[in-house]
Amino acid sequence: MTDQPAASKQTEPTGNEAAILPPVDVIEDSSGITLYADLPGVPKDRLNLHVEADTLTIEADLVLEVPEGMEANHAEVSLPRYRRAFTLSKELDADKVQATFERGVLKLRIPKAEHAQPRKVEIKVS
Amino acid sequence: MRYRSLFPRDIFGELDRLQREMQQAVDLSPSIRGIGRGGFPAMNVGGTPTGVEIYAFAPGVDPATLDVQIEKGVLTVAGERKPEVIPEKATVHIDERFAGRFRRVVSLPEDVDAANVQARYRDGVLHISIARKAATQPRRIAIQ
Repeated sequence: MTDQPAASKQTEPTGNEAAILPPVDVIEDSSGITLYADLPGVPKDRLNLHVEADTLTIEADLVLEVPEGMEANHAEVSLPRYRRAFTLSKELDADKVQATFERGVLKLRIPKAEHAQPRKVEIKVS
Repeated sequence: MRYRSLFPRDIFGELDRLQREMQQAVDLSPSIRGIGRGGFPAMNVGGTPTGVEIYAFAPGVDPATLDVQIEKGVLTVAGERKPEVIPEKATVHIDERFAGRFRRVVSLPEDVDAANVQARYRDGVLHISIARKAATQPRRIAIQ
């Protein structure tokens, strides 16, 4: 979804570098799944989402405006990247994932495939 | 060494205690306000010769609702993050993100100038820069 570093990263096995596991909310309704992830400090162009086989991976780089010569006194966020992966189940339509990213919050909407959406089964009583 | 029961009844309490003790072992001189880890927003604090930089990681917050105050050498960041709207008949599978009111406090060094503060909110991070008082900034003395 984004520029060059992502492409070069994919050739090496991901998951080697230490990364922050961002907190998420996952909510399911009848037509799909909504995922929210907290990724503060990530500019839009440094967010990388990809689906491979049935794994959805969120990777993002944290970019902070740090004045020259700053010494960290206290750091709760001490790694420069986020990573988290999810296994998608078959009924989800990975081709139709919609993403919005605002104020450091990623919102993903993964719809269920048409055939997997609930249908009311009529039962005839004879 | 304190006496401890060989059969702790509350395994979670014991785990909490272990975690606290490990934290204290790492954190050699915790402040009295003990900038506790795991709070919201997470905070990074750094310093330069000319100022103090504070980063509060508060994604998904309307910057207009953030309340930043400096009083008696203490910086307070407070606000509220609204929970996401959950549609009816939906199932929440994972619920890890913080929601609700928050307040975090950082004690500042003595030489900061509370009148010279800048705060910006970008990509979910509140960045506060506080200048140090001019009198305490390192000065190069010219030799004649």
